[in-house]
Amino acid sequence: MRIGIACPYSWDVPGGVQSHIRDLAEALIDKGHDVSVIAPADDDRPLPDYVVPTGAAIPVPYNGSVARLSFGPLSLNRVRRWLRDGNFDVLHAHEPTVPSLSLLACWAASGPIVATVHTAMPKSRVLLATQGVMRSALEKIDGRIAVSEAARTTLVQHLGGDAVLIPNGVATHRYRDADPLPGWPGEGGTIGFLGRMDEPRKGLVVLLRAFEILGAQRPGLRLLIAGPGDPADARAKLPAALRDRVHFLGEVSEEQKVQALHSVDIFCSPNTGGESFGIVTAEAMAAGAAIVASDLEAFRMVLRGGTAGELFRNGDAADLARVAGALLDDPARRAELSVAAMDAVRAYDWSVVAREVLSVYETVVLGRRATVGVAT
Amino acid sequence: MTLFYIALVILAVVIMSVYVSWRAGRLDRLHHRTDGARTGLDLALVRRSSAAYELASSGLLDPATSLLLEDAVRRTKENGKREDVFDRELAESDLTRALRAAFTQPEFRSSLTGNEGAEDLVAGVEAAARQVFLARKFYNDIVARTLEARRRPLVRVFRLAGHAPQPVFFEMDDLPSDE
Repeated sequence: MRIGIACPYSWDVPGGVQSHIRDLAEALIDKGHDVSVIAPADDDRPLPDYVVPTGAAIPVPYNGSVARLSFGPLSLNRVRRWLRDGNFDVLHAHEPTVPSLSLLACWAASGPIVATVHTAMPKSRVLLATQGVMRSALEKIDGRIAVSEAARTTLVQHLGGDAVLIPNGVATHRYRDADPLPGWPGEGGTIGFLGRMDEPRKGLVVLLRAFEILGAQRPGLRLLIAGPGDPADARAKLPAALRDRVHFLGEVSEEQKVQALHSVDIFCSPNTGGESFGIVTAEAMAAGAAIVASDLEAFRMVLRGGTAGELFRNGDAADLARVAGALLDDPARRAELSVAAMDAVRAYDWSVVAREVLSVYETVVLGRRATVGVAT
Repeated sequence: MTLFYIALVILAVVIMSVYVSWRAGRLDRLHHRTDGARTGLDLALVRRSSAAYELASSGLLDPATSLLLEDAVRRTKENGKREDVFDRELAESDLTRALRAAFTQPEFRSSLTGNEGAEDLVAGVEAAARQVFLARKFYNDIVARTLEARRRPLVRVFRLAGHAPQPVFFEMDDLPSDE
């Protein structure tokens, strides 16, 4: 298939939507499809050859903060030219409610259009979406995809109709190989945690309480924590003797994250709720970490009922200490879990997700002779 | 002799009270003019929002620019109803920035040339923006003079400002689009 993907945000800036599009495009190309991504980007920076840049994005106030977007007559002309030259079978617009290239593409195109909504929209935004230019652009969409249940709910409740839920994939090949951070995991063992420290549902408190038990028994055991939040707050929750055995990386880059996942003996997902899929856990699995996770439904599913990672009673620090302690003493079991995790996570790989997206493309193309063109 | 001094004191008191009440009247007028200038500024801001909305919803712009402007206008309307001046200043500044970003896009003007309706709408927004720039300048100028007058020792000693609330400057980004 010839697939045209429109990205609303600057390709040069890291972000969830951009990496979603990058991973999807590469998975589709791997399957032998012809993919072109139009995105705001500087022409003089090196870009993957499937990206068509429209020039640097303009910082502009939008939705209460400053976003880097592409708009204006020149951008519209470039989108039109891209649609004309691309001769696509299907147009896939990401986040079409953002005033940038995706909206322009929906507006300018005729033919089969698929759109993916990434974030849940606030009500005021939806109201705006139901009137004027937005309406005529959104009405042309033949198939809608939501990446999360929250995004799907707002879409369905406020705009009517339905959307297919296709969650983010994991680019497992990006996680497979990396050198551990220097000095880690060390002789005494390391337990890792990744996530917002100040978000109670991420469950860091449960892990800290378990570390109180484990740390007292094992003098060399350390904790490696990555993610935004105040280290002083977390440290204060531990007895003084254990405080300098906790190391904080703060917010990490993609590369650092992969390295951190390779720097631990056990990766812990102590989440107490609110996790619909657990992307971080899946990434740790792709890195081949031995996982210990709370027995939330989502984790139970991803970890295949406990065969691809150990489960402990949600919120129970003593149970976590028991499970993690046993695993620290059993390197053979850790190796076994590591292999099982890498195997299990393949079900969430982008290649699998891309297949689901492809079936959406095939459905909207079904029975239509016209390919994507420029609306007159 | 004593009579003379008494007369002198009475005269002094009379002159003094005339002077004080004149000063009070002057301060009162300043407060009134501040209110007037504020009403003018509010009107100018509302006019600019309306002009921007008219342009955004005209269907003559590309949809992304339309949506950006509509979003900025909506935020000025939401914050216009609120008490918090800071939110209002921010929303109005954001509208300025959105307009500036839209108007300085390459080919923005050339894409509208020949379309008389569009040119009028753009001219309307520009005129309204200029008016905001002027109205804010005049308002802040009179606020500065009022604050200055309120700081005078005489005004403070006799509490001539009474219950009139202290006026505040309106700070925003209002640089026009054609820099």
